[in-house]
Amino acid sequence: MHDTSAHAVQHHAPTSFIRKHVFSLDHKVIGKQYYALALAAALIGMVLSWIMRIHLGWANAAIPGLHALSPNGAPGGVLTPEYYLQLMTMHGTIMVFFVLTTAPFAAFGNYFLPIQVGAEDMPFPRFNMMSFWVTFTAFLVLVASFFLGDGPTLGGWTQYAPLNAIGSASGPGQGLGVVLWMISIALFCIGQLLGSLNFISTTLDLRVKGMSLMRLPLSAWAWFITSCMGLTAFSVLMPACILVILDHVAGTSFFVASGLVLNDQVIPHSGGSTLLWQHLFWFFGHPEVYIAIVPGIGIVSHILLANMRKPMLSQRVLIYCMGALAVLSYMVYGHHMFVSGMNPVSALAFSFPTLVITIPATITVLIWVFSLYGSRLRINSASLFALGFISMFVSGGVSGFFLAQPSIDIMLHATYFVVGHFHMVMGVAAMFGIFAGTYFWFPKMSGRMMNETLGKVHFWLSFVGTYCIFMPFHYLGLVGNIRRYSTFVDDFLQPLIPVHRLITVAALITGAAQLVFVYNLIHSRFRGKPASDNPWEATSLEWSTATPPPWDNFGGKHPVVYHDPYQYGVQSSVGDYVMQASPEQVKTDHEEK
Amino acid sequence: MGKFFAITIVVIAIASAIPIVMHTWEAPADISTHGHLIDEQMSETMAEAGISFLAAQLLLAFFVWQFSNRGVETKLKSFPGGAKALVIAALLVVGVEVLALGVFGVKAWADVYLTPPSANAMPIQVQAGQFAFYFRYPGPDGKFGPIHPERINEGSQEFFGLDKEHDVDSRDDIVTAEMAVPVNKEVHLLMHAKDVGHSFFVRELRVQQDFVPGLDVSLHFTATKIGRYEIVCTQLCGLGHYNMKAYLDVLSQDDFNEWMKKEAAMQ
Repeated sequence: MHDTSAHAVQHHAPTSFIRKHVFSLDHKVIGKQYYALALAAALIGMVLSWIMRIHLGWANAAIPGLHALSPNGAPGGVLTPEYYLQLMTMHGTIMVFFVLTTAPFAAFGNYFLPIQVGAEDMPFPRFNMMSFWVTFTAFLVLVASFFLGDGPTLGGWTQYAPLNAIGSASGPGQGLGVVLWMISIALFCIGQLLGSLNFISTTLDLRVKGMSLMRLPLSAWAWFITSCMGLTAFSVLMPACILVILDHVAGTSFFVASGLVLNDQVIPHSGGSTLLWQHLFWFFGHPEVYIAIVPGIGIVSHILLANMRKPMLSQRVLIYCMGALAVLSYMVYGHHMFVSGMNPVSALAFSFPTLVITIPATITVLIWVFSLYGSRLRINSASLFALGFISMFVSGGVSGFFLAQPSIDIMLHATYFVVGHFHMVMGVAAMFGIFAGTYFWFPKMSGRMMNETLGKVHFWLSFVGTYCIFMPFHYLGLVGNIRRYSTFVDDFLQPLIPVHRLITVAALITGAAQLVFVYNLIHSRFRGKPASDNPWEATSLEWSTATPPPWDNFGGKHPVVYHDPYQYGVQSSVGDYVMQASPEQVKTDHEEK
Repeated sequence: MGKFFAITIVVIAIASAIPIVMHTWEAPADISTHGHLIDEQMSETMAEAGISFLAAQLLLAFFVWQFSNRGVETKLKSFPGGAKALVIAALLVVGVEVLALGVFGVKAWADVYLTPPSANAMPIQVQAGQFAFYFRYPGPDGKFGPIHPERINEGSQEFFGLDKEHDVDSRDDIVTAEMAVPVNKEVHLLMHAKDVGHSFFVRELRVQQDFVPGLDVSLHFTATKIGRYEIVCTQLCGLGHYNMKAYLDVLSQDDFNEWMKKEAAMQ
């Protein structure tokens, strides 16, 4: 049994408004700040997607407000091809970085990891505060690119070279827009590295007495594994971004080969490598998508357990699967580069681990599904979104079978099939994880319950709506609908426009449903029913403390852990569960030590 | 509401499968010698993915139907075999499946990428630049003259920067805006990027390959059906990406010879 406890008080209770709510050292405030950032980013990213989808269905539509945002990009409110790409780039960048990496990991992780291990705070509260404000600055820099120069970069969130390096002659936004993107993302990487340091040291060093590693909740394991990935992935992206900035401002040619000609002028760079960017980017990029989803896997497991009222078939196997996903994620990145011009033998080398990574993903789904067998599953907004996550993860995951094979990728690369795949398996699934976490933990964070009816409306519209949006993407891809096209003008693609219009309608309805969620959040924050300390009858340490927790989490008393995190289905003095911090001895099937 | 969730999943799963089973949206018919391997691989994968998809969704639905909102008096049960059975099943079933897909898929990939073009394949060069494809045929001497980047001038239609005065090999090169190939003749496509990354995709031909600025890559293929097919750019290259295309004309040998004569006369 591991016996480490947090001793020294990390910092004193804040008194001023600024210290309490703005430049706070408290991990809980920082977690909420990250959540608010992710929420704002998600709304912006969603509106960008509405604009894109309207344009794809109705290319000549005048979209209200756009002319004011960019008279050049959208004269009369009608998107130009470049502005479509610029908005698309910002949609992807904002969603992947500022929503999917921020909410499941930085927001919920910051708030709950220290509490779930029994600590008063993270070991480096100043780094933690810095990590949020650096991330926030990164967001401001990115958004600033809408309003500076000739707008944001148009190269996609993947920013391939040499389009990312040769400057404004290659297109609007390719000068200042790219530099701002690179600065923003480099800052984001720094924020995440600081955060990862805190998460790792919290998990390894600040667990209270009785909290062995195997007694950590699955959400804590997920945040820990994600932070290890973050350390190794963001540390590669950041220098890559700096190299691109140098190509722009310092006359270097890291990514620009010799003898290229743009607008009849020979480009004054030489000796660089186009593919180098792709290797650096995807070495980060593939672990990044697991950074986006592994916290969701932990959160969904955690929530399902509280709602199934019985343990998982094996908690240990789930932890190993998350670890396997993390390790394998570094070996598969070349599957984004099958037709990139890299050595075709490498394609086969990357294809095998890509197929093999299916195994831990499948085991995870099987454990979840077969743990439902024989349970007393409670249906509420949180558990519905957790179940929805499973369905989405499966749907998005099976399309990976196709993309993992280089020969099939010849037909599906750069089509809507890929777009459907990653939106389902990463975008929607991770969003469902965020929603599940919100409905589950909102009572603890705010002291009030969210409205269940509105939560269920939100779920049904989102679940059916996202299937209606993204399942057709796969069919479009199979037919040969190329992605990242601002308009469909040729004979082959024009007949597909009616399908795009249906998708757009689904997207707008699903988008409207998210406003129900936002209303619920805000209304419940002020008018929600007061929440008890443990409204879900759950077992982990966050439910042992007050609602909302005091500034030092446990009111000066360090808890002692006596049980596994998920002792459900037992008979105790409080019901069919026993809390981790309860000294009560009950008859259980199996206890970790 | 658990039962309603179960029904919704079943409806979604079946509705998703219908367009696949009915072949509503499929890739256009294959016109290449190697494409049937890709198509077979696609069908096998669709069957395996489809079965996995339906099985997982239906199981999820079934268990949610059976076990949601049961009262506290009901007995908790554990799936027989536990996690061990699932891990073994996943390793065996998924492991075998992925190995099969991986191993059998190697041939489809190798035929395109790991076999060299035959010695009598017809060389054609394609250059991709913002936002058009241009093609070059080597002419009777069978050789391509060098590209001089500093001589490229779109305004005067000097797309490849050829120096016909000083480079003998360039003199009979034929530059065209469309690509024509004789049916059933192997083509060796040499791919050159003028400015940024682009990609060459002909759906019917079952070939897709990125252009890499600084690295000349090549492909080989044989078209088996006369017709006119779109060549589309699939690598985001700037604002004109959506409109960057050319046409591939697969012609009879006679028609191809005619076409070549006409193009040569226009140089």
